[in-house]
Amino acid sequence: MKLLVRSPGILTTVQDLGRWGHQAIGMPVAGAMDPMALRRGNIMVHNDPGAAALEITVVGPKLAVQGSGIVALAGGDLGMMVNGTHVQPWTTVAVKDGDVVSFSGMKDGLCRGYLCVAGGIDIPPLMGSRSTYLRGKIGGLQGRALKAGDELETGSPYILGKRCIGFVCPEDLRPDYSPSRRMDVVPGPQDDLFTDEGIKTFLSEEYVVSAAADRMGYRMEGPTIEHVDGADIVSDAICLGAVQVPGHGQPIVMMADRQTTGGYTKIAVLTANSVARLAQRLPGQPVRFSAMSQDQAIIEAREERGRLESLRLALEGWIADPARDEKELVEPATEGQCRITVDGETYEVQWEKI
Amino acid sequence: MKETEPKIRPAGDSCLVVDFGNAIALEINAKVQTLRSNLEARPVPGIMELMPTYRSLAVYFDPMETNLEGLRETISAEIGSIDEQVEIGSKEAVIPVCYGGEYGPDLESVAKHHGISEEEVIRRHCSNSCYCYMLGFTPGFSYLGGMDESIATPRLETPRELIPAGSVGIAGKQTGIYPIDSPGGWQLIGRTPLVMYDPAREPATLLDAGLWIRFRPVQKDEYLDIREKAIKNAYELEIVEKGDGTL
Repeated sequence: MKLLVRSPGILTTVQDLGRWGHQAIGMPVAGAMDPMALRRGNIMVHNDPGAAALEITVVGPKLAVQGSGIVALAGGDLGMMVNGTHVQPWTTVAVKDGDVVSFSGMKDGLCRGYLCVAGGIDIPPLMGSRSTYLRGKIGGLQGRALKAGDELETGSPYILGKRCIGFVCPEDLRPDYSPSRRMDVVPGPQDDLFTDEGIKTFLSEEYVVSAAADRMGYRMEGPTIEHVDGADIVSDAICLGAVQVPGHGQPIVMMADRQTTGGYTKIAVLTANSVARLAQRLPGQPVRFSAMSQDQAIIEAREERGRLESLRLALEGWIADPARDEKELVEPATEGQCRITVDGETYEVQWEKI
Repeated sequence: MKETEPKIRPAGDSCLVVDFGNAIALEINAKVQTLRSNLEARPVPGIMELMPTYRSLAVYFDPMETNLEGLRETISAEIGSIDEQVEIGSKEAVIPVCYGGEYGPDLESVAKHHGISEEEVIRRHCSNSCYCYMLGFTPGFSYLGGMDESIATPRLETPRELIPAGSVGIAGKQTGIYPIDSPGGWQLIGRTPLVMYDPAREPATLLDAGLWIRFRPVQKDEYLDIREKAIKNAYELEIVEKGDGTL
């Protein structure tokens, strides 16, 4: 299948789980802002969880389908339509030659959707990843967002891919994006460079996502966080979800396109799941942080792996369900005839439903 | 700053940061590099990536595959064995640079700033080995220490919008090479014909943390010869042994 880009939306990029393994040479990881959604969408079309998909931000693209295939939208509900008719997110649907996939706009307040296609977006990987790194102008399609006229090839779908059609991700296996849920953070690595008051401020006050929130970092606005003695350190690694606090005392959460190193104190690091949830928030929305031990954070990461496995098993069950075949492929008979043999005697039997 | 024990600090659900101290110093960076090479030589299951910086080593791990307690113990044991055998890079890469003219538009003003000739700026820039503490900022950008401080020059007042890849510049006491076209405010004194960063090459960057580098002046003819080979990936970087690797 091919997707022909009629219009690109405001920011649609090819993303997978990122370009890991090259931070020591200064190469940012990039990758999906919400990997929880990407993994689920890929599982729903029977791809590897890290296959490349389209990350769609706020306003979606218009795509013409060439050939036929299977797609699923995971993450935010951006109002996906096929030929102008709404289709549900978190549902595996078929598209055929000539169909037009478009998006009417955000419906649940979450700003990023992942259009996963059976076989994945097939472009050559660069340094082990197909992710677009916009600032570095590498990966994806020439390192940039989609534009009108682009064509995207998809890889080979799963041989029984058609049997995935109609699968719906169970509610309890979707990410919990509820706006009231706090962002879990593990204090450190430089929490000792903040006053007790500063840490208390960070963990008890409300912060608002500022207009300066992009794939590199989410700047937050709220009460000033107090340092012991200045905000500068000798440059150190910046990991996903690191909360840098420069001299102005306002936190910045480092996201997918973060640079590899930086010279500001880091009060805490969001868990990977919290980073994914934060990536769905828009400027102006409130956020609160909640401390968690590193051990507890690892337990929660493992629970996420468990949910993905449950989703995979649910899909396998859907694919293998023979009852569905009977329901869908065989009209139930209301009358018929057959021949049976009992004790060497053969009988003609006629029957009808009463 | 007083010498303190390295600390293993948590960084979210998939990283530990081994912090050797908040300073730019060869002794500290050498410990970072030694721990990095020891962990690379004896890989621990679950470690995904090691990220050395001036003064710390970030150990990225897969929370699914890793026993955190076991990983901390392994790192502690490695730290304990570092002190007797701290190593520092023993290899020095020679980087050819064509100074001045179209390749080094600020050479003249750097010379004027110090009241010396352009030739003397070049001589001093090539006189010291510089140590690559880490790579960061952009792919392949090296944080170098050890330039002759007598040619330290402030950044440009107005940064350039586009600096061509390979440009060699000075900013305060720092010197460095822009690996990709990027904006920047460094004083450009020359350009290397080498391809510092090529994502299609393995490894993608010419330099690595722990490597020493020394600049060698070349004329335009040689620059163009090397350039031709470098683009075809046919230029072999000149590497010399420097010292015995002990601090």
